[in-house]
Amino acid sequence: MTLVSNLINGISLGSVYAIIALGYTMVYGIAKMLNFAHGDVIMIGAYTCFCAVAYVNLPPILGILLAMIVCTVLGVIIEGLAYRPLRKSSSLTVLITAIGVSYFLQNAALLIWGSAPKTFSSVVPFDSISLFDGQLIITPESIVTVLACVVIMVGLTLFTKKSKMGKAMRAVSEDKDAAELMGINVNTTISMTFAIGSALAAIAGVLLCSAYPVLIPTTGAMPGIKAFTAAVFGGIGSIPGAMIGGILLGIIEIFARSYISSDLADAIVFAVLIIVLLVKPTGLLGKKITEKV
Amino acid sequence: MLFLKFCGLLSLKPIRKDFILTIRLLLIVILYCLRLCFCRVVFIFLIAGLNRHINGICFFNLGIYKHKFMKEVIEMKKSTRIFALILALMLTVACFAGCSGKSGDSNAAIKIGGIGPLTGAAAIYGQAVQHGAEIAIEEVNEKDGPKFELKFEDDENDAEKSVNAYNKLKDWGMQISLGSVTTQPCIAVSTETFSDRIFTLTPSASSTDVLGGLPDKDGNVSIPRKDNVFQMCFTDPNQGVASAQYIKDQNLGTKIAVIYNNSDAYSTGIYQKFSSEAEKLGLDIVSVKTFTDDSANNFTSQLNEAKDAGADLLFLPIYYTPASLILSQADKMQYKPKIFSVDGMDGILTLDNFDTSLAEDVMLLTPFTADATDDLTTNFVTKYKEKYNEVPNQFAADAYDCVYAIYNAVKNQSITADMSTSDICEKMISAFTDSSFRLDGLTGKDMTWSTTGEVSKGPKGMVIKNGVYVGM
Repeated sequence: MTLVSNLINGISLGSVYAIIALGYTMVYGIAKMLNFAHGDVIMIGAYTCFCAVAYVNLPPILGILLAMIVCTVLGVIIEGLAYRPLRKSSSLTVLITAIGVSYFLQNAALLIWGSAPKTFSSVVPFDSISLFDGQLIITPESIVTVLACVVIMVGLTLFTKKSKMGKAMRAVSEDKDAAELMGINVNTTISMTFAIGSALAAIAGVLLCSAYPVLIPTTGAMPGIKAFTAAVFGGIGSIPGAMIGGILLGIIEIFARSYISSDLADAIVFAVLIIVLLVKPTGLLGKKITEKV
Repeated sequence: MLFLKFCGLLSLKPIRKDFILTIRLLLIVILYCLRLCFCRVVFIFLIAGLNRHINGICFFNLGIYKHKFMKEVIEMKKSTRIFALILALMLTVACFAGCSGKSGDSNAAIKIGGIGPLTGAAAIYGQAVQHGAEIAIEEVNEKDGPKFELKFEDDENDAEKSVNAYNKLKDWGMQISLGSVTTQPCIAVSTETFSDRIFTLTPSASSTDVLGGLPDKDGNVSIPRKDNVFQMCFTDPNQGVASAQYIKDQNLGTKIAVIYNNSDAYSTGIYQKFSSEAEKLGLDIVSVKTFTDDSANNFTSQLNEAKDAGADLLFLPIYYTPASLILSQADKMQYKPKIFSVDGMDGILTLDNFDTSLAEDVMLLTPFTADATDDLTTNFVTKYKEKYNEVPNQFAADAYDCVYAIYNAVKNQSITADMSTSDICEKMISAFTDSSFRLDGLTGKDMTWSTTGEVSKGPKGMVIKNGVYVGM
């Protein structure tokens, strides 16, 4: 029973990683840049929802919507102010700017909300489900997280496959210049990517803090890095890859902590990543890209 | 705009290359000085801007420094280079000169400096210590006798920031230090006060490494005794031993599970002593699991293991922030062991938006209880509530006692503010180690100190009932 319980916890933790990883992977796939500020957008989303629910007494669902709106706007602003002027610069410059934005967001949150931890009240109003005479307890947060993750993944795949904007995104990811020649507005497409990625970050933030209810300005940092690992693990740029990577990472982390050593859990997670990348450098579902000469 | 331009973020045409480089060198020197405090963001933007000159990333703190920029600096005209160097030096000197040097006066107040987390995950401790000390200082200043002045700096529970805060206090002219509130920063700060000979009495940093000279679990002494450092709280090993004895005496649990933070000296210190003492007393520890500061959000696997092992008592020698997560996750798993903790748990009730019913029946070992009825406690609690609108915790009480201990020692040795800090330090040490030196305070009666710096007083068990601490 513990095995099942650990598996459920792993999938639930992994689903949070997966939702965050989707944001990383979309931005990378389309804009070819690593948005290290993504983890901090999660934190802003969680704080927004926290304020809406705890201070303004809005119902949780409105809190989530508000968080999504705030994060979407924030994502587009970050892209417009910090990344767009550097579109033609080297990727290293953009990477370092992203780290700068990440620190900026953390410090801004520190100024606004202070650094005393806030206790986030769960947005899922159900009780835990108890099975087999209480031997197996499933928390409502884990069910909602897994469901949200599946819905988001399916929705996002359909969006990129079927919709006009999705097709434009795929075209930009394939070849920016050619897409521009075909009449696609590259800037709008990339802004749209950031908007979607940040809205997902808001959902991830709320789910993360519902399951692990302590909120501080660095809340998003470590899950952000783990989710980035998940995105690379699954093959960065691939949407199903991010999902599989995230869930596997969550399961490995929980299992390593339960059955091998709680001291070494993080070390094991990253060791698995290194091994996967040695065997398959593009990640589990990554496309092999041949360099054109 | 001008700043962005210097940082190379806006590519306007440079006015004169030498001039720009001079300014950049200056900016780097200044930012290098400041970066530990608040300029990380600007620092990173600057590096981003300098990128094309440096031909790579220059992380000063890693010592990886690509040379193109330095080469350009070296190739500047000699006069410009000297000019830049002088400017940089002047600025640095100006930074430090602003706040040092004051002549003595025997009637002046003795300067006490305190450091602690006023913001951050452990902010409740720092604020409590600051408030407790302020109340005590006000009280002693109303009496005839030595006068005191308190200055308190924030360290966010970070050793590096704590040493910065210490340097700031030293520049202010601190004569007696309250060390740091939390363990890790205090280990760093006490090393500094030892070499600078500033007397230190920490209210709450409980590791033996703060004092030095005490053997670890293998019996080795890794840090020599810092003879100027004393503690008001129990040492971690004392807390570990006392916890095990308390659990045994009160028969609180037969099967014990432990979850502790192995990236934290405080938590590890208590656990090690607890486990060896538990073995001696024949307590059955069925599960020991760890976490680190980085993985302090998901405790389901640790709790699952404790539950599987059938543990009926969970021992949590950790701070209250991760503890609040453990309580809420255990509640969701419908796992309800008895919970026993140490002084780090103190503060959980004042956590913002925390559902205090989760902490119902949590037991903790702490030397102070706000519901005690003796005059000293009621006086302190009333004043504290009036001033800060909160019920004081043991950290506030420890700080209050610290100020009184210092006051008594200063009076006994007739120390005045015009003495040098090292003279004050020697006199304070002899006062504290004097066998007749005793203190009746909030956190214990008849407290004495040994030359090891440890305090001797009795612990009290507390339990949380309806959101308040009650004596067990």
